[in-house]
Amino acid sequence: MQYAMLIYEAAEDFARRKNDDDDPYIGAWRAYYKAMVASGSYAGGNPLHLPETGTTVRTKGGRRQIQDGPYADTKEQLAGFIVMELPSLDAALEWAARCPASVLGAVEVRPVALESRRRIER
Amino acid sequence: MSSRSHEDAHRAIESVARESYGRLVAFLCARTRDVAGAEDALGEALVAALATWPREGTPNNPEGWLLTAARRRLIDRLRHERVEAENAPTLKLVIGNDRGDDDEESALGPVIPDERLKLLFVCAHPAIDLDMHTPLMLQAVLGLDAAAIARAFLVSPTTMGQRLVRAKTKIREAGIAFEVPEAHELAQRLDAVLNAIYAAYGSGWEDAAGSDPRARGLADEAIWLARVLRARLPDEPEVRGLLALMLYCEARRPARRDEDGRFVPLSEQDPRLWTAAMIDEAEHELADAAPKARPGRFQLEAAIQSVHAERARSGNTDWSAIAWFYERLVELSPAIGARVGRAAAVAEIEGPRAALALLDEIEEGSVQSYQPYWAVRAHLLKHLRRGPEADEAFDRAIGLAEDDAVRRFLLERRG
Repeated sequence: MQYAMLIYEAAEDFARRKNDDDDPYIGAWRAYYKAMVASGSYAGGNPLHLPETGTTVRTKGGRRQIQDGPYADTKEQLAGFIVMELPSLDAALEWAARCPASVLGAVEVRPVALESRRRIER
Repeated sequence: MSSRSHEDAHRAIESVARESYGRLVAFLCARTRDVAGAEDALGEALVAALATWPREGTPNNPEGWLLTAARRRLIDRLRHERVEAENAPTLKLVIGNDRGDDDEESALGPVIPDERLKLLFVCAHPAIDLDMHTPLMLQAVLGLDAAAIARAFLVSPTTMGQRLVRAKTKIREAGIAFEVPEAHELAQRLDAVLNAIYAAYGSGWEDAAGSDPRARGLADEAIWLARVLRARLPDEPEVRGLLALMLYCEARRPARRDEDGRFVPLSEQDPRLWTAAMIDEAEHELADAAPKARPGRFQLEAAIQSVHAERARSGNTDWSAIAWFYERLVELSPAIGARVGRAAAVAEIEGPRAALALLDEIEEGSVQSYQPYWAVRAHLLKHLRRGPEADEAFDRAIGLAEDDAVRRFLLERRG
């Protein structure tokens, strides 16, 4: 099965992105990524720029509404996502628990809806 | 068809349903993770058995017959579903364990692998809402219907039904693993299973008079689940601790009410009314757990009940032993229940003043709706002749009581 890991970072973690390569948080992420690729479960993903760089769009009554900023106004913000190929939710939760962002932020694990994708592709 | 063979068949179906329900559901969904699908298929197989067995006689291997019939139905359903391509992997999982022989009774031989332990861990999985652990177990492992579970948990049958469906959908869609957790995780995951079983027991405990047969039933079901768990995990001392605890409590059920239906507190119960066989079994379980030297909440709570049970032999209660076990329990996890229990034990040894001091240490916010706290407090204040405060505590305890017999008992004590 495929699982998406939605990574929510706290403001402190976002701020550490500006630090040098020897910052322990960045080091932890490097090791985490490496271990996941080595395990064969990594199937894709990317970090995202800071939430302030987001722009939210809605179309209401045929009119485009554009708003500066991220969709959700929460303490932890969406910071990136990883797609994994794993046998069960339990295996995905193991990876989520190891994620460096899970200490201060939070990680949501969701199964990828392959059936919905097949219907769109048909 | 004679009515005799009809009755025999019905009895056979009832007995196989009780003994095999969870085993068959667990086996049918262990690969597909589709608990609801397995329950439906087994339900249909049981209906087919009701039609066939009285006519053709009960098969030699009723469990095997039901499994084959249920699996056929699962396969049929998967084939008939519109988007066949999408179900191909599931279909293979279901057919995969069929050995391709058509003899209904011999499929898989007489022994069906027992996957109930895995199913118990799935029901109490951390990804499932905590409040649903017990209801899921009761339904998936024991086959209780949503209405019966709803009654025990004081929600509407519709709500309970919806929650059960949602939880089963999550198990299937999120792909929760059907496996026994690995050693490093086992303790924590086992805790959830034990708590869920104990919650089922608790839901049946209040009704000591047995006026509600459904609630009475859940206590038996909880003990039965603990036995299943013990058979599968004989080396886990907390499993034995939980079983012992429930057996001790169950043994006292006949003594908890007098002939007039009045509540009788433990210290005033007649030990001759306790069920000796259950106490013996509990003692045995607890003794088997002790050499593991891994004490836990349930073993400690069972040990406290064991000291109470000792009164049947010695005629008195060793309160300092009880206080000692409560002390260990509070060290392990300072839950309000343990702290209130410790205060009650201390009252017997050091008197009401020391006990009241222990109660006063508990932060007020956590006892607002905890009935035993107010009952013990009322009792202590009455002994200290602090009348108005005692009355106030009695009122809180009476107001929070759910059991009418307990309410009447406290009203009498309040005077």
